[in-house]
Amino acid sequence: MRSRIQLAAVTILTLTATVACGGSGTSPSSGEAATARGPINIWYSNNAQEVAWGKQMVEAWNSAHPTESVSAQEIPAGQTSEAVISASITAGNAPCLIYNTSPAAVPNFQAQGGLVSLGDFPDGASYIGTRTGGTAEQYKSPDGTFYQLPWKSNPVMIFYNKAVFTKAGISTTDPPLSSYEDFLATAKKLVSSGAAKYAIYPSPSSQFFQPWFDFYPMYAAESGGKQLVENKKATFDSDAGKAVAGFWQQLYAQNLAGKEAYTGDSFADGTAAMASVGPWAIAAYKGKVDWGVASVPTRAGGSGDQAATFSDAKNVAMYTACKNRGTAWDFLKFSTSAEQDGKLLEMTGQMPLRQNLEQQYAAYFTANPQYKTFAAKTAHVVEVPNVPASVEMWQAFRDAWSKSVIFGKEAPDKALSEAAAKINGLVK
Amino acid sequence: MTRRRAAAGTFGRQPVGLLLSAPYAVFIVAVFAYPLGLAVWMSFHTYIFTAPGVSVPRPFVGFDNYTAVLSDPAVRQAFLNILIFLVLNVPLTVVLSLALATALNAAIPFRTFFRVSYYVPYVTASVAVVGVWLFLFGSGGLVNHALGAAAPSPSWLINEGWAMPSIAIYVTWKQLGFFILLYLAALQNVPKELYEAAAVDGASKWRSFLAVTVPGVRPATTLVTLLAIITGANLFTEPYLLTNGGGPNGRSASPVLLMYQRGVEQGHPDVAAAIGVLLVVGVLLIAGLQRILDRD
Repeated sequence: MRSRIQLAAVTILTLTATVACGGSGTSPSSGEAATARGPINIWYSNNAQEVAWGKQMVEAWNSAHPTESVSAQEIPAGQTSEAVISASITAGNAPCLIYNTSPAAVPNFQAQGGLVSLGDFPDGASYIGTRTGGTAEQYKSPDGTFYQLPWKSNPVMIFYNKAVFTKAGISTTDPPLSSYEDFLATAKKLVSSGAAKYAIYPSPSSQFFQPWFDFYPMYAAESGGKQLVENKKATFDSDAGKAVAGFWQQLYAQNLAGKEAYTGDSFADGTAAMASVGPWAIAAYKGKVDWGVASVPTRAGGSGDQAATFSDAKNVAMYTACKNRGTAWDFLKFSTSAEQDGKLLEMTGQMPLRQNLEQQYAAYFTANPQYKTFAAKTAHVVEVPNVPASVEMWQAFRDAWSKSVIFGKEAPDKALSEAAAKINGLVK
Repeated sequence: MTRRRAAAGTFGRQPVGLLLSAPYAVFIVAVFAYPLGLAVWMSFHTYIFTAPGVSVPRPFVGFDNYTAVLSDPAVRQAFLNILIFLVLNVPLTVVLSLALATALNAAIPFRTFFRVSYYVPYVTASVAVVGVWLFLFGSGGLVNHALGAAAPSPSWLINEGWAMPSIAIYVTWKQLGFFILLYLAALQNVPKELYEAAAVDGASKWRSFLAVTVPGVRPATTLVTLLAIITGANLFTEPYLLTNGGGPNGRSASPVLLMYQRGVEQGHPDVAAAIGVLLVVGVLLIAGLQRILDRD
């Protein structure tokens, strides 16, 4: 009996020791890995157009670099890409590069010790600065270096369904959508005429990233390009923030925007007459919806092309599990070269975060004028702030928004003030 | 001889049995004991998931994580929500599955068809089934059309009072097939002679159900109750998909949903672990209470 107790005690002690010590294995030493060359692996998004772009790009690299081959796969399926990437960082099996790194997740990945500082490569900061220009500054981490390469943006604009607008008797060439007053009047007309059940239907879900498709684009436009947090202080407890919240509250209170979960695509189904989308939507709705596009509205209206909007960018980050970082850095530059950026634009319609985009790919935009509106916006995009507790901050904002703006249980002004105070505590 | 006796003392009289049970013991340790031990350890420390080899301080913080969790209104609301859920879901599950299993055990027409029908929702992916439920219980759904002016406003899934009961009813319906199956198996073990004796004594069908069936399937009832409590306490998919991630205003958020938000999305596994430990303790208490009541 005593021996068995001893056996059990040893087992428990071993278990406790293992628990206390945590994981095992180590990342390669950064000094050796920084210049090491050899095969690498990468992940990219599962969107069909991006997969096609990724495949041709990897093929082009591999044919020219047989000793530094790249193997590629789609990001493994999971609740969200960020959850999968975070788990792979912890497990030590993240790939060298991921071409779908959300800027909002970068602070968490950085805190996990999962990201390689691109600024540590001799030409790291200069390459990013030359390619992206001043916009790149938004992607620097608080320590002043880059842990992500700004790759592509999807400036958010308002898509409208021309058939639904025609049915409601609203102009499809110059619809009154530029000011809050016009937008609300148009929304009422769309619903009261029976042309659509809802004017607009951004997801009312409580997920932390949903403000990027209702509040944030309009806040960027209304505030003249402010981020949610600047200089470690929330900026939205302001006239601009309150105006945007008041605008959306009216949409919800008058049932012009849907509050329930929707399993399909409300815009494609014709349930909603408008949608907040990026240029990806051009390919997505081709042949399904006869659409038009407008800038997100502002209180005064008339800001047009000059109004800022949310970038909805996806970037590339290098992960510390990577052994051959010399190859990974070269490959990263190859995949974001002028040639590959051009192919990305052609094959996906998404905008490379490259300065002078319209001039550089003038032929493409002449042949595809529908993308030109989005391209013009790329110079005015606002990114999520690169601050610690980024996801927590957005969740706090979303919870306040849901309670006040969507469900009307609290005055939006009060909810924004409370959320701002909470966020100030998180990012200080 | 002495060595053999010593070995027998350590490994028991049947060391082969130890060998045969070892794979399962290893499985239990790796899949349950280790994560549970790690979760308890994490809940008393500042902890973030890091890449291998990255050294970060993980100081002991005592009950700080528990204090943070218990003083968070969202967490308290989530535990209240799950209590509401269990109060509705568990009795409904037991009563409906026993009643339907009894009906399906009788010689009724299309018995196989009905058995399959009740089992289909259980084996269908939640995402697909949720779509049907939204079609039924959405503001413009069939149920509201049928109810007309009596339909709640706001509608079921965005109504603070109805969101959690709606989820409880949905989960009851979805899982009914599995629990019916458990009861059907239990009903096969109720001796037919008892029903015959009850009939001879002049018992009605209802009296026979109460006096013979209910006590006869009591072990199954214990199992069904326990499983319903455990699966209910682990509620995640339904509030995530059906009510926009625990809405409205967190009135259908569950502790597991908050664990996902805090631990996976926001990078606070220590706080998530504290919620998890509280949930485990809560489930054990409820299950223990249920065992005591069952024994009485």
